[in-house]
Amino acid sequence: MNLRGIFAIYHFEMSRMFRTISQSIASPVLSTALYFIVFGSAIGSRIGNIDGVNYTSFLVPGLIMLTILNQSVSNASFGIYFPKFSGTIYEILSAPISPIEITCGYVLAAASKSVLVGLIILITSAFFIEITILHPFWMLLFLILMSITFSLFGFIIGIWANDFQKIQLIPSFILTPLTFLGGSFYSIGMLPDFWQKLSYVNPIVYLISSFRWSFYGNSDVNVVVSISATFFFLVLCMVFVSWIFKTGYKIKT
Amino acid sequence: MIAIDIKNLNKSYENGLKALKNINLSVRSGEIFALLGPNGAGKSTLINIICGISKKTSGKVTIFGKDNILDYKFTRSKIGLVPQEIATDSFEKVINTLKFSRGLFNKVPSDEYLSFILKSLNLVTKKNNQIRTLSGGMKRRVMIAKALSHEPKILFLDEPTAGVDVNLRKTLWNFLNKLKKNGVTIFLTTHYIEEAENIADRIGIINNGEILITENKKKLIEKLGEKKIIITINNSHNNIAYITKKYQLKKNKNKLSYIYNSKKNIDLSASLLSDLVKSSVKIDDIEIEKSNLEEIFLNMVEK
Repeated sequence: MNLRGIFAIYHFEMSRMFRTISQSIASPVLSTALYFIVFGSAIGSRIGNIDGVNYTSFLVPGLIMLTILNQSVSNASFGIYFPKFSGTIYEILSAPISPIEITCGYVLAAASKSVLVGLIILITSAFFIEITILHPFWMLLFLILMSITFSLFGFIIGIWANDFQKIQLIPSFILTPLTFLGGSFYSIGMLPDFWQKLSYVNPIVYLISSFRWSFYGNSDVNVVVSISATFFFLVLCMVFVSWIFKTGYKIKT
Repeated sequence: MIAIDIKNLNKSYENGLKALKNINLSVRSGEIFALLGPNGAGKSTLINIICGISKKTSGKVTIFGKDNILDYKFTRSKIGLVPQEIATDSFEKVINTLKFSRGLFNKVPSDEYLSFILKSLNLVTKKNNQIRTLSGGMKRRVMIAKALSHEPKILFLDEPTAGVDVNLRKTLWNFLNKLKKNGVTIFLTTHYIEEAENIADRIGIINNGEILITENKKKLIEKLGEKKIIITINNSHNNIAYITKKYQLKKNKNKLSYIYNSKKNIDLSASLLSDLVKSSVKIDDIEIEKSNLEEIFLNMVEK
């Protein structure tokens, strides 16, 4: 196993993050803080408790999940797309490093950044909002698992994309709407019956719901179903990535 | 020992273009092999397939006896590649990009070796500079340093001196000769004939995806080169028409040119001179010109 190769990619990607710290860390933290101010303090004070939890506190898991899903996808897609764009991919392709090892390097780096951003948001919000974490182990596990899964998804987008516009296509038109409609800002139980049923088709509902469960012990859906759905999506992405490297899709001519 | 062995290699693109046609080629360990060819001849495609960047359609490539697909970890660990285009992460520092390359090839970190490479390529003073701040020539050196950072046994250079000034070109040639002395096999593509003529041990010529010839440089020039003898005569009034006809001489004022190719003709230069003397032609000067690689190359690819 080429562990030094994996570490080289990981280290390179993490260095890039620290080089552009205002964009990679400060920006998502600021955006999330704005959500807290607008939805939490300004509007939230007019909304009562949801499932026995103060609305501002209720928002925290949803907003963290909203941020890490977007960060994971954008970090990983940009990480692999940029070498394709600049031509430096030649070095990765000509190195004695397997497809799995390449994927590990990029995905672990993207996931690490997301987990870091997620934890910073959590710690920052704890200064202003009352937060309870009933299941800290599960909270951390969900955070890591979802960061890895969506980084893998972003990695696929980065390989598929052949211009910068395509990198933004799926996150903007699919992922963000699904996240907003997936219960980041409300409980699914607050919706009319029809919209509730429709929401259960949205896979993001399961992720946010299980993550919120790790905080407050309340969930819109069964936690086991949520974990199973996340693992299923993870395996699906892994199968797709292995197919990409086996066929050289969008990488090798 | 054979470093690179290519058998019946073909590459076709989806649009039907046949980039490589039944390539058979062997490169011995420790030699400098130059592949000459015009733009679009298939030079880069061949290198990309050997290094694992492009897929082959059929055929076999082995590096030190191992298949470059089945044993890709072994074969790629032996190879360093300098691509035609300068492609680096502009915001990275020179030393960091070398460390990255070395790590990628699973080599134990070695500041000592990287310092040696930086010194050899006159990059020591630039090691903490961001790559974007370097000149084109310096960036080219960084590309070479990256390819050498993992101590490869075979170095592929795809048109390494394209757009590089004469000084750097000569520095690079000296450096490649040093690498050769250390046992590194060098495979370079170029369309600078002078480059191949100066540093290569063996030369291959490729055109339209086909290797036209591979031969030892000196033998190639001997085999396909022509020798031209230019005789300047003093008394042009002499009737030498029969000599001109006999030896198919070209006459330009008082200069007679005799061209012969060792592969095609028998050397009749001694007989020619004897006939001229017998005809009382006074010879002022004799010049001998050998055709260079450029003329051989043009003759082959323009056929």
